[in-house]
Amino acid sequence: MASARDIKRRIRSVQNSKKITKAMEMVSAAKLRKSQERTVAARPYAQRLAEALREVAAHQGDDVTHPLLAKARTGRTVYCVITADRGLAGPYNGNIIRLMNGILREADEPIGLVVVGRKGNDFFKRRGADIIGSFLNLGEEARFSNAEEIAEALMGLFVEGKAKEVKLVYTEFVSAVSLRPKVLDLLPVAPQGGSGESGGVNRSYIHIPSAKRIIEELLPKLVKNQVYQALLESKASEHAARMTAMRSASDNAQGLIEDLTLQYNRARQAGITTEILEVVGGAAALNG
Amino acid sequence: MGKEIQLEVVTPERSVLKATADYVSVPTVDGDYGILGDHAPMVGLMKAGVLHYRSGGKVEVLAVAGGFFEVMDNRMLVLGDEAELPGEVDVAAAMEEQKRAREIIEAGGDQETVARARQALEKAMTRLKIAGKA
Repeated sequence: MASARDIKRRIRSVQNSKKITKAMEMVSAAKLRKSQERTVAARPYAQRLAEALREVAAHQGDDVTHPLLAKARTGRTVYCVITADRGLAGPYNGNIIRLMNGILREADEPIGLVVVGRKGNDFFKRRGADIIGSFLNLGEEARFSNAEEIAEALMGLFVEGKAKEVKLVYTEFVSAVSLRPKVLDLLPVAPQGGSGESGGVNRSYIHIPSAKRIIEELLPKLVKNQVYQALLESKASEHAARMTAMRSASDNAQGLIEDLTLQYNRARQAGITTEILEVVGGAAALNG
Repeated sequence: MGKEIQLEVVTPERSVLKATADYVSVPTVDGDYGILGDHAPMVGLMKAGVLHYRSGGKVEVLAVAGGFFEVMDNRMLVLGDEAELPGEVDVAAAMEEQKRAREIIEAGGDQETVARARQALEKAMTRLKIAGKA
């Protein structure tokens, strides 16, 4: 059995680890709350934007043409995969990378990758995947300016004919305990779901300056917004995953501390018993 | 006086303002448009500028930078690329931006750079204007 001093040392070391994991858990919880708030705050814009686009497009009927809507172009399929810059987030990075890796393995045509986050970049570089672009160190918060930059790069690939379609691979934030890796078709922009003939369509809108110009402006905004949403959800998922991972690490440490404390007490008690026996034995020898 | 308009301003990052107004003036790419109650349905593109609205007899302002707006059934929805209330403007940052944009424009260069600097200048001036520091 280990000596009482060794056990004491181990307890202290586990306690220190626990302090760190506990702190990380709390930091992640705070960041998660913030990310969630931002995700919620971004929702009205996304909804209204999609609605407005639908209305204008329905108004225009079939003669809506725009480079971002065109199908059957040249080039490869490009996947934009969103991962974290940092690890220690439980299965977060692993899950999204596994999903993307599965797609790569099963594909029978070359795939181009645009990677967001250092973890994904490291992995796919090692794997020898064709990385067209990467966006690293985007910070602890999803920013619209980052989304804009990424979306512009993706739209550029599409419009130049280097990508025939662009898909987003990210983690959908359902709740703090339910994170779902997901693939979303980004480009070409899907025609707005056929229900465009619902009420209000027959109203004549005044368009400033013209319906065509408005669609030209709105489409890129819609794409940017989808990327922004994906960044937001991924960020929230990352923080949630890290929080959960750190919480179970803290719980493990706590369990370990309890076991070790028991062991320590036993060792201490055994030491005391031995000492008493020695004293009693010594006294008996003197009296005898 | 016509009906009141429910005005709502949102940006990709947040909801900026919800207010009731009886008059709204919005900077569009075709110039400022005034909107009163019972206006016909309208969708338009905005440019960087000042949006005014009159609420309870008081005229309030806010800076918008691009985006678009929709008017329908006395509801007006402004989807700005950016939008700021007077109290939110970082005056020092806006001043700095204005200075930098001016320098780029004066230095000349290719058309696109200058055009972008013009936009930045317009944006910075708008922000300063609503903050009352222009």
